[in-house]
Amino acid sequence: MNNTNENEKIEFDLILEAIYQKYGYDFRNYAKASLRRRLRYRLSQSNLKTISEMQHKLLNDKEFFDTLLLDLTINVTEMFRDPSFFKALREIVIYELKKQPFIKVWHAGCSSGEEIYSTAILLKENGMYESSLIYATDTNEMVLDKAKSGIFPIEKMKDFTVNYRKAGGLASFADYYTARYDNAIMDNSLKKNIVFSNHNLVTDSVFGEMDLIMCRNVLIYFNRELQDRVFRLFMDSLRPGGFLCLGSKETIRFSSFSENFENVIEKERVYRRIA
Amino acid sequence: MRSASNKMRNPEMIQKSRNDYIEKGNKYKVVVIGVSTGGLKAIKAILSVLPSGFALSIIIVMHRHKETDGYLERSLNDECNMHVKQADEKEEIKAGIVYVAPPNYHLLIEDDGTFSMSVEGPVNYARPSVDVVFESAAEVYGKGLIGVILTGANKDGSRGLKKIKEAGGLAIVQTPETSEAAEMPKAAIAAVDPDYVLPLDEIGLLLRKLESER
Repeated sequence: MNNTNENEKIEFDLILEAIYQKYGYDFRNYAKASLRRRLRYRLSQSNLKTISEMQHKLLNDKEFFDTLLLDLTINVTEMFRDPSFFKALREIVIYELKKQPFIKVWHAGCSSGEEIYSTAILLKENGMYESSLIYATDTNEMVLDKAKSGIFPIEKMKDFTVNYRKAGGLASFADYYTARYDNAIMDNSLKKNIVFSNHNLVTDSVFGEMDLIMCRNVLIYFNRELQDRVFRLFMDSLRPGGFLCLGSKETIRFSSFSENFENVIEKERVYRRIA
Repeated sequence: MRSASNKMRNPEMIQKSRNDYIEKGNKYKVVVIGVSTGGLKAIKAILSVLPSGFALSIIIVMHRHKETDGYLERSLNDECNMHVKQADEKEEIKAGIVYVAPPNYHLLIEDDGTFSMSVEGPVNYARPSVDVVFESAAEVYGKGLIGVILTGANKDGSRGLKKIKEAGGLAIVQTPETSEAAEMPKAAIAAVDPDYVLPLDEIGLLLRKLESER
């Protein structure tokens, strides 16, 4: 390894430590490759020369940190992302949960909320929305506010509608939102049983007993140690028989808790806590 | 550009260039290959030349539709001697295996030689993007890395190939005239001074040489 490379790696570790000590966001156990990429991107968009200069800047400039925070927490998502997963959620998981009089759902790392509204629609179409409570959590207040507002760019609705149909949706997707200028505003009836709150998977703990936890494309950014922490948190937060849904490339198989979960639909990464 | 393509068509130059690397004590560990849509034939042409005991890891990034999961891997596995599989999150990269980047995710390589993934937006209109894999592989493997750019109709991979060379690795580009879509090789040649510019059949043979004599 050459010197520049080595020094740069030290600078990357130090800036993560600075962010943690100053603002409490703990990225120290995130997978490093993608994190470095995003730090470098922010550096290239600024007039700063080194990661150390950027560290100085973020310690003294909260606004700059807020921008960086948006870079560091990936917030790319869509409604009914991976339609085959949502089809399985509708046909198998929700079908099973129907047997319960009341269900609690936790969307961990909900980002700007596209998947929460997708789940809310599925619950509604199965006559379960009124007896459900959905916790939507994220560490980033800015995206959480966006999720809460339920307002999305209208031009995305075309793709979302295609996803909705592929996921087995039979109603008219346009009935779930009102178009106003360039925005689509999600129907209030989808929002009323959603509780939005700040929760950090890295530092916070259990807050309730869930029937279904969805955490999709969040764990890919964590190192194995942190993944294990989160799997433990999910295990402790799920009732026996409760479902855990991960992103299409995430698996519990290699974690220390694999034996506490059984496969429900392996291809769609749907697991169930063993009693 | 012309000099780059002429330079390496000469076998003596290949010999010299290779010895250069051996003299520096260079040992290749990993080959990363970037190819755009329609590159299946090109990949097969290279992999079909490599034996089952091939000692390097191969990582392929091909632009493909997000819902084509599995087909590429199966198709390659049926026709190649090496074991081909889709890269898994946190999987350790092992010698002798061909890994294919999953559709709709960026693939990255961690310092400990495992794969990681990201769903950040497309880079060069692509996810997976060749640049993302090449850049992170260059950081981890340095001079132990070989980067290969094949046929493709955009400019993805040029930046990454440049980074591979800067980190001391080897850059190989398919001759644009033999590429179904010449834009990606042309962009790579313009951005980097590649060590080799070769037609497909020669790229496979070169990789064999680099492996057996490393």
